[in-house]
Parts: sequence; structure tokens; C-alpha cells
Amino acid sequence: MTPLPITAPVLEIRALTVRYGARVATWAVDLTLGPGEVLGLVGESGAGKSTVGRAVVRLLPEPGHVETGAIRFHGRDLLGLSDAEMRRLRGADVALIPQDPLSALNPVFRIGLQATDALRIHRGLSREAADAEMVRLLGHLGIPEPAEVLERYPHELSGGMRQRVLIAMAFSCDPSLVIADEPTTALDVTTQAQILRLLVELQAERRVATLFVTHDLGVVAHLAQRVAVMYAGCLVESAPTRELFRAAAHPYTQGLLTQVLRADVRAEASAALEGLMPILATAPAACPFRERCPKRMAVCDETMPALHEVAPGHAVACHLYGGA
Amino acid sequence: MNGKLWTGGTIALLLLLVALAGPALAPHDPNRQDLVSIRQPPLWVGGAWRHPLGTDSLGRDILSRLLWGARVAVVVAVASAIVSALVGIPVALVAGYARGRVDTVLMRVVDVWMSIPAVLLAIALMAVLGLGLWKVVLAIVIVDWTRFARVVRGEVLALREREFVEAARAIGLRPLRVMTQELLPNLVPLIIVLVSLEMAIAVGVEALLSFVGLGVQAATPSWGAMIAEGRGYLMVSWWGMGVPMLALIAAVVGFNLLGEGLRERLDPRLRTTA
Amino acid sequence: MSLRFLLSRLLLAVLSLWGVSVLAFAILRILPGDPAILMAPVGSTAEDIERVRREFGLTGSWWAQYGAFFLSLCRGNFGRSLWLQQDALRVILERLPATLELAVTALVLATGGGILLGACSVWRRRSWLESGAVSLGTLGIAVPNFVWGLLLIVVFGAILQLLPVSGRIAPEYEAAEVTGSAVVDVLLRRDPAALGSVLAHLILPASALALPLLAAVFRTIRSDLLGALGEEYVVTERMKGLGEVRILFCRALRNALIPTVTLVGVQFGFLIGGTVLIETIFAWPGIGQLTLQAFQYRDFPLIQGIVLVYAVTVILSNLAVDVAYVFLNPRVRLAQ
Repeated sequence: MTPLPITAPVLEIRALTVRYGARVATWAVDLTLGPGEVLGLVGESGAGKSTVGRAVVRLLPEPGHVETGAIRFHGRDLLGLSDAEMRRLRGADVALIPQDPLSALNPVFRIGLQATDALRIHRGLSREAADAEMVRLLGHLGIPEPAEVLERYPHELSGGMRQRVLIAMAFSCDPSLVIADEPTTALDVTTQAQILRLLVELQAERRVATLFVTHDLGVVAHLAQRVAVMYAGCLVESAPTRELFRAAAHPYTQGLLTQVLRADVRAEASAALEGLMPILATAPAACPFRERCPKRMAVCDETMPALHEVAPGHAVACHLYGGA
Repeated sequence: MNGKLWTGGTIALLLLLVALAGPALAPHDPNRQDLVSIRQPPLWVGGAWRHPLGTDSLGRDILSRLLWGARVAVVVAVASAIVSALVGIPVALVAGYARGRVDTVLMRVVDVWMSIPAVLLAIALMAVLGLGLWKVVLAIVIVDWTRFARVVRGEVLALREREFVEAARAIGLRPLRVMTQELLPNLVPLIIVLVSLEMAIAVGVEALLSFVGLGVQAATPSWGAMIAEGRGYLMVSWWGMGVPMLALIAAVVGFNLLGEGLRERLDPRLRTTA
Repeated sequence: MSLRFLLSRLLLAVLSLWGVSVLAFAILRILPGDPAILMAPVGSTAEDIERVRREFGLTGSWWAQYGAFFLSLCRGNFGRSLWLQQDALRVILERLPATLELAVTALVLATGGGILLGACSVWRRRSWLESGAVSLGTLGIAVPNFVWGLLLIVVFGAILQLLPVSGRIAPEYEAAEVTGSAVVDVLLRRDPAALGSVLAHLILPASALALPLLAAVFRTIRSDLLGALGEEYVVTERMKGLGEVRILFCRALRNALIPTVTLVGVQFGFLIGGTVLIETIFAWPGIGQLTLQAFQYRDFPLIQGIVLVYAVTVILSNLAVDVAYVFLNPRVRLAQ
């Protein structure tokens, strides 16, 4: 299920450090995404995973800014692009599926207008042609009477329908990269399952490189070929999905998994682990997980662990495995 | 302390001081006519120290009239604001607390009251009441109490849903006690802001009424009347109208800034739609 | 169309109309002083005053008086103007179009100007445009409109001598009234010089009248736009590749317009009231100018009529705003 990418990666993130003012949101994050590959980016609230996604499309909210690092999309340096060039990419080559479908849609415009924007801007389609294409897409995503839906306003649709519209919008111009920012979090459980199924089908069909941000390890198990775990803005582990579930190396990941593998409990990347995730006010000088780590050592308080490969394709940032 | 608060507060304080001390500071009797030296220019256009801001077309000293006018403006502003609050707030409390029918009826009354344009109502009232400073205050209160009623009622409606009100009612506090002990203290920031803004409005209305001759009596100097008088010879010299106009603008803007500065300072704790 | 919402607003309007009739009735009779004495000419005998009393329906119980008053209102009989010796309603209706033209122009200026200025100040943040506009906003709201009127007269009339400061049209272009609106009349005549004159006369009083509302609209649009730009849907719009200008002036602005409509509705009454002073200052021949003169002459029937007509205008325009609100807000429009 996990062929290692032998072709050029779609997305390369190198040493990405993002700050909101002085506060550190992400610290020296490295990620790679190959064509058609789904990478699950997992972490609890505030771990910096959404920030990574927003940084890629350069839509960080104020006062967020990229301090250091590089983001390359098909080899192109995204951080150096002009606003106009970035605009050309958004919606066409890169797309975003947002978290809350209600607040993500403009309440005073009809669905038809909003959903066909990308098609009309990037593909130059006329209103009728774009509408027709969107009807086709919505139908494909399982929306009954899609032509009707185009005439509606966002508040008239259910949460699941709205999210399908947003997914249709994202895929409408055949992007080569999709960033899914917790697309099921705001939905009820049943709808979550439906949308997930939909995304799995779409992925099987189109094979689009996807950065799937979520706090839910269970979701990741279904969809992703690789998983990256973030904690307090730092990347702590990354591995092929099977490998991660089978042999997680980082104590944090292990803690998360003890919750996932209980079939009757929802898998949350949260703190049944004791304590709270710290928010980094400045550059981390030591391992951010040390306060909650059951395997804490002296060296953990002194230096920041670097990523080390412990198995093919499996990297961990922990002093247990060589660290600094 | 933000910029608005500083500026507005300073101006308001200055006005208050002038209003209190003014008449003592005035070099001349504001009503003393001196038909020999009419329309004297102010100091910077070639006038004399005797009349630093010049004289009007009856030879009256503009500076003295300005100072006395400040007193009128401040008294009207403070009195109108406070009395309007005293009328509007109880209505707001009752309407917001009782909700339902009582609220609907009261707010309909307010709606109808507000259908008559404020200026028109004020003029009509003054025409019937006659001239005079306290009549001006009365007219302003009659016209503008609805502002307090509306805005404060909105806040009362919001506050009423909060736990401490429910708790008070649960232990059996009578409505009057709930209103005075629980609601009113939380309304104080909003009321302070509204009073400041109302003072700005009151100064403007008093000037307007005096401008058309329906304000304070002729013997009492008022900025509005000075503006009207100065307008008569505008083409000849601008200061007769210009000086009181500047004073008026400063006062109105000052109270306004004060109100806004206060709102910004106190805002996290209130949601106003004034 | 949300019928229930509109019906309730209509009911409120009718109720307000009735309430205003009561207020107009009451003003004269409740406040100190005998209105008959005030209205009768100086030196009248007791019989004269009694006659005045009968003539103006000031005899009998309150109920009887109000009943008679209300009935005559319904028949369109507002009484007879003491000063002009004509039917009060007729006098008022003759001059009403001038006031309406002024008020509507001011409304358009205030709304359009406020929205444009507000949107531009958000577009060019941290610029001199923004700081200048914000200061103007504070000034505009605080300063009474008659002061603006006088300032405009001083600057454009006295100092620059650019624009006329009284009347509706230069005497040489005067012609018989057709529609009541000077602008429309002149357009019908296809006389560009006359049009220029009409517009030149209209611009200063309309601007003075509009300024406070323009400042309020500017502030509201600014704060609502800034709020809208922070919303999640703007991120979506950007993610589709829409440009910032289009997002600001089209997608976000449309959202910000909704609370603005409510504001305009609330403030329109103040704007209309402003015509009293502005018309007087600019010698504009509408009912505003009539008002102060009516008070001067103690012409109570005329005063009553003017108050009623003003109130009706405000009530009807509030209703119009309610309709506009329903159109603009899809959530209300489609509510069950």
C-alpha cells in the first residue's frame, strides 16, 4: 500500500518555522509528499498542524509569518512567489478543504456562484458551463438534485451537503495538491463517516497528493499512506501508516495509540496522557514532550532531539533513539 | 488610557473648568453693548487687548460671551444627559427585565416617539414652552430619553440571561432588588459611555435651538445665538460666526471623543450598539 | 418573501401613524399655556378667544376633541394656516417635493459616499486615506449638521465663491414646476445649463444634510468590513484564487451592507429632521423652511400638519428600509 515515491515529490517542506508574533507555532518541520500520496498530519489542538497547511497556501492569519524554512511545490519555491502568482495556483493546482463548512461559505451568495468561482477563474468557463460541470461533480459526490442545490444559500443545506460542496469546489480544477484541514471535525459522527468514505473513494479515483490534517488517528488509519505526528509545533515522528500503528517509536505516539486501539473509544490525539501540551513562547531548547514523557532522561532536559531514522521511512525525534 | 480618552477628557475638563470659573474670568459684562466699538477684530487680525477675540455687531465682547456661553453649554449638557438617563434607564430596566408584553408595549411607545424627527420635536416643544435654559433641558430630555431606553434595554436583555441573574431570582429576590442590585451595577460602564455621548448631542441641540432663536433667553449668551448673530455680517468679518463655531465644534467633538474613549476602555465588558 | 416579518412591520407602521396623531394632538394641549390665547391675535376679547377656541376644536372633552381631530385628519383636513390663510395640507404638499428631493439626494450621498469611503479606507489600510477618513468620521458624527451647512457656505460661497448658497435654481432658468423635483423637471426640459444650475444649488445643502449620516455609514461599513475580512469564508474565497479587490468590494462588502441598512433606517429620521435647519440656512423652499416660519407666526394648524407630515415620511421610509433589509439578508428572506 505504500510505494515509496520514486518520482519528484509534489510538496517539500524543509525546516519550516512559523511564528505568530513571537510565539512559535511550528519549529523546523520537515515533510515530503509524493504524487498521489496521502500524508496524515496528526496532533492535538494547537500542535501546529493547521498552521503547516495554511503556511503552504500562504494564508496564515495575522500575525502569523514564516520565519525560516522552504516550501517547494513541484520544485517551485512557494514562499518566494508574488501574490499574483500565488493566486494563480490557489484553486487550480492547490486546493483547501476547510474545517467548518458553514463558516467557510459566504452566507449572502448562492452556492452556484461560490462553487463555480474556481472553474470560471482558472478554466475560463462560462457561467452555464461551470454550472453544468459543478452539477456533474456534485452528483458524483452523492448529492441528490444538484441543480437545485446550486440555487440554494449555504444556511439552507445540511452540514454534510455543505462539506460535499466544498470538496467539489476543491477538486473542480483537478489540483495536484489538496490540503484537507480537519474536514470532518465539525460534522456529526454519521456524517463524518460518510464524508470519510467519500474522500477515500475520491482518492482511489484521482490519486491526488493530500496533506490530511487531523487530530483523529482513527481517520488517518483509513486514508493515509504515511503519518506524521506533531507535538508543540515540532515534528516528533513520521512513518508509513502500518508501521506507525504496529511499532510507534516516540513515547507520545505510543500514548496516543493506547487510546486508538480501544475499539469502543473514539480515537483522539488528546491528553489521557497526563498534563497539557506546552505552547512554545520562544525557540525550544529541549524536548517539548519531556514534562509528560514516561521515559524521560537527563539529556531530554538539555538538548532538542533531532529526527533520526529508526527503520526504512520511519523517523523519530527522541533521545531514546540517538537524539542530538 | 487611549488617545481619544485623553483628548476628549482634556477638552471636557477644560470646559467644565471654564463653565465653573468662566464668569469670573470674563473681562467684560457679556451683555454690555458698546456701540462705539462694534465689530472689532480679534487680536491676531489687528485688534486690541481690550477685546482679545473682538466684538460683535452690538459692541459686546466676544470672549466674555464665549465664556458665559460655555457655562450654558456645560449646564445644558450635564443636566440633559443625567435627566435623560434618569428617565430612560428605569424604562429600559423594566422593559428588558419583564420582557414579553410589557417590553413590546414600552418599545412600541419608544418607536412612535422616535418617529417624530428630534429636531422638529425639540423646536415644537420650545415654541410651546417658551424660552429658557431649563426649558431647553426639558425639551432635550423629552426628545432624547428614548436613546437611553433603547440601548440600555438591549444590554439588559443580554444580561438577564446570565447566571448571576438567574441565581438572584432563584433565591427569591424581588424584581426591584434584582434590577437595582444585580443589573444596574453591570450597566454602569454602558451608562457612563451613553451619558458622555448624550452630552455631545445636548450641546449640539442647545446650539441649534439658540441658533434659531428658540433656545435660552436673549439675555443669556449662547454659542448658537452668537453664531446666528455673527452670520449676519459674515461677508464682512468671519470671526463673529467663526469663533463661537470653533468653540462649539471643540466642545461637541470633545464630549464625543470622551464617550468613545470610554467605550473603548470599558468595551470588553459590554456590547453596545449605540 | 418573509411575509410574516413584513406584515408585522406594516402593522407597526400603522400603529406608529396612529401614535403620532395622538402625539401631535397632545403637544398642543398638554403643555402649559392656553393654546387659544396663544393663537388669538394680540388684544382679543374673551369672545374672540372663545371663537378661536371653537374654530380650532379646543372645546369639549379630550375624547371629543381627539375624535374630531382624527376624523378631520382622515378627511385630509389639517386645518387652515393662520399665517398663509390657505388650507394647511395644501401648503405643505406644495412644498414637500422640494424637501423630499433634498432628503433623497442627501441619503444617496450619505450611503454611497459612506460605503465607498469605508471600503476604500479598509482597502488602503495604514495609509493617510485611512487615518484621514477615520478622523472625518469622528468629526462628521459629532458636529451638528447646521454647523456643516454654515461651514460649507463660508468655504464654497464666501471664500471660494464657487457654488450658490440659496434657492433651488438660478432665477434665469426658472420655469413652471412639472413634477415637483427640480432635477427631473430640468431633465425633461433637456436644458443642460439649467441642469447645471439645479445641481449646483442642490449640492451644498444636500452635502450638509448628508454628512452626519455619511460619517455613521462610513464607521459601520468599516467595522463590519474588517469583521467580514476576518471570517473563514474569506479564506475560502482566497483559496479559489479570487483577487483581494474583488473579495473586498464584492464578497465581503455584500455582507457588511446588511447591518448598514439597519443603521440607515434608524438614522433616516434624524436626517429628515435636519432639513428644518438646512433649508432655513440655504433658503431651500421646502417644508423645513416653512417650519421655523410657522413657529414664528404661531401658526398651530400648520405646525401640527408639518409635524404629522414629517412623521409620516419617517414611518414610511422606515418601512421601505425594512423591505430592503429583507431583500438583502437571505437568512431572513427565506425564514419559514
